[in-house]
Amino acid sequence: MRALERSGKTIEEAVDKAVSELGVEREQVEIEVLEEPNKGFLGIIGTRLARVKVTVKINATDKGKTFLREVFTAMGLDVLIEVQKKPEYLLFNLLGSDLGILIGRRGDTLDALQYLVNLVVNRNESQRIRVVVDVEGYRGRREETLQKLALRLADKVKRRGESVVLEPMNPHERRVIHTALQNHKYVYTSSQGEEPFRKVVIVPKK
Amino acid sequence: MMRDLVMVLAKALVDNPDQVEVNAKETDRVVNLELKVAAEDMGKVIGKQGRIAKAIRTMVKAAAAKEGKKVNVDII
Repeated sequence: MRALERSGKTIEEAVDKAVSELGVEREQVEIEVLEEPNKGFLGIIGTRLARVKVTVKINATDKGKTFLREVFTAMGLDVLIEVQKKPEYLLFNLLGSDLGILIGRRGDTLDALQYLVNLVVNRNESQRIRVVVDVEGYRGRREETLQKLALRLADKVKRRGESVVLEPMNPHERRVIHTALQNHKYVYTSSQGEEPFRKVVIVPKK
Repeated sequence: MMRDLVMVLAKALVDNPDQVEVNAKETDRVVNLELKVAAEDMGKVIGKQGRIAKAIRTMVKAAAAKEGKKVNVDII
C-alpha cells in the first residue's frame, strides 16, 4: 500500500502536501493524524507542526475484480467481469458460457460467492461497501419469476380462501415476495420457520 | 484445482496468508481437503455460525461438480 508522512502548519496543509505528492484525489486516501499542530505561546515558543500519515486506499473495484479473477482461474472458468457502480452498491456482472455452475441451486453458489466477495472487499476497511455479484442478469430474472409466482399464488389463495406456504427462500427472495404482495387487496404475507428453511406464507384477508 | 480454489479463498480472507496450507487426499471419486490457517485466523475462515466455512464449501462443491467429484473441506 502506498503511504506518505508529511508535516504542515495545519493538518489540512500536511494532508494537501501528501495527497498532491501521491498524485491522487482526497477521496482515495485514509488520513491518520500523527501529531496535532500547536501554535505555541504567541506563535513563538513551543510551536509544533501537524504531522499526518496519508495512505492510498486500494479501491473496492480492483480488490473485488482481482479476487474474482483468482477464483475463476482456480475453477478453470473463462469469465468476463463487468463492473457497474450503482448509487447503493457495486455490481459485478459475470459473463461467459457455462456459468450455470456459478449460480447453483436457486442461486446458492452465487450467494456464497457474493458473500465472500463482500468480505474480501470490506476487509480492513472502515467504510462498508455493498457488493452484488450477478451472472448475466440472473438476479433480475429470478426476481421477475418470483414476482409472477407471488401474483399467481395470491390469486389461488383468493379463489380458494386457503393459505399457501411457499418453499424455503433466503431473506432477499422472501422480501421480493412480501413486496410484490404488500398492497394486495385480498391477501397478506408473513414468514414462518427458522433460517435457512424460512418460508413465506400467503394468507387470505378476512 | 479444488485445492487451488480453497487456497485462493482462504488467502483472501485471513491476515496471515503465508500460513495457509491445504492438503488434499484424493481417492477416485472423493477429494478430502484439509485447510490449515494461523490460530488467530480461524474465525476468518469459519465465521459466525460457520457462515464463511459454509460459503467456502459451497464454492468448492460447485467446482467439484464440474469434475464429477465429491469433495469434503475440513478446517483443522
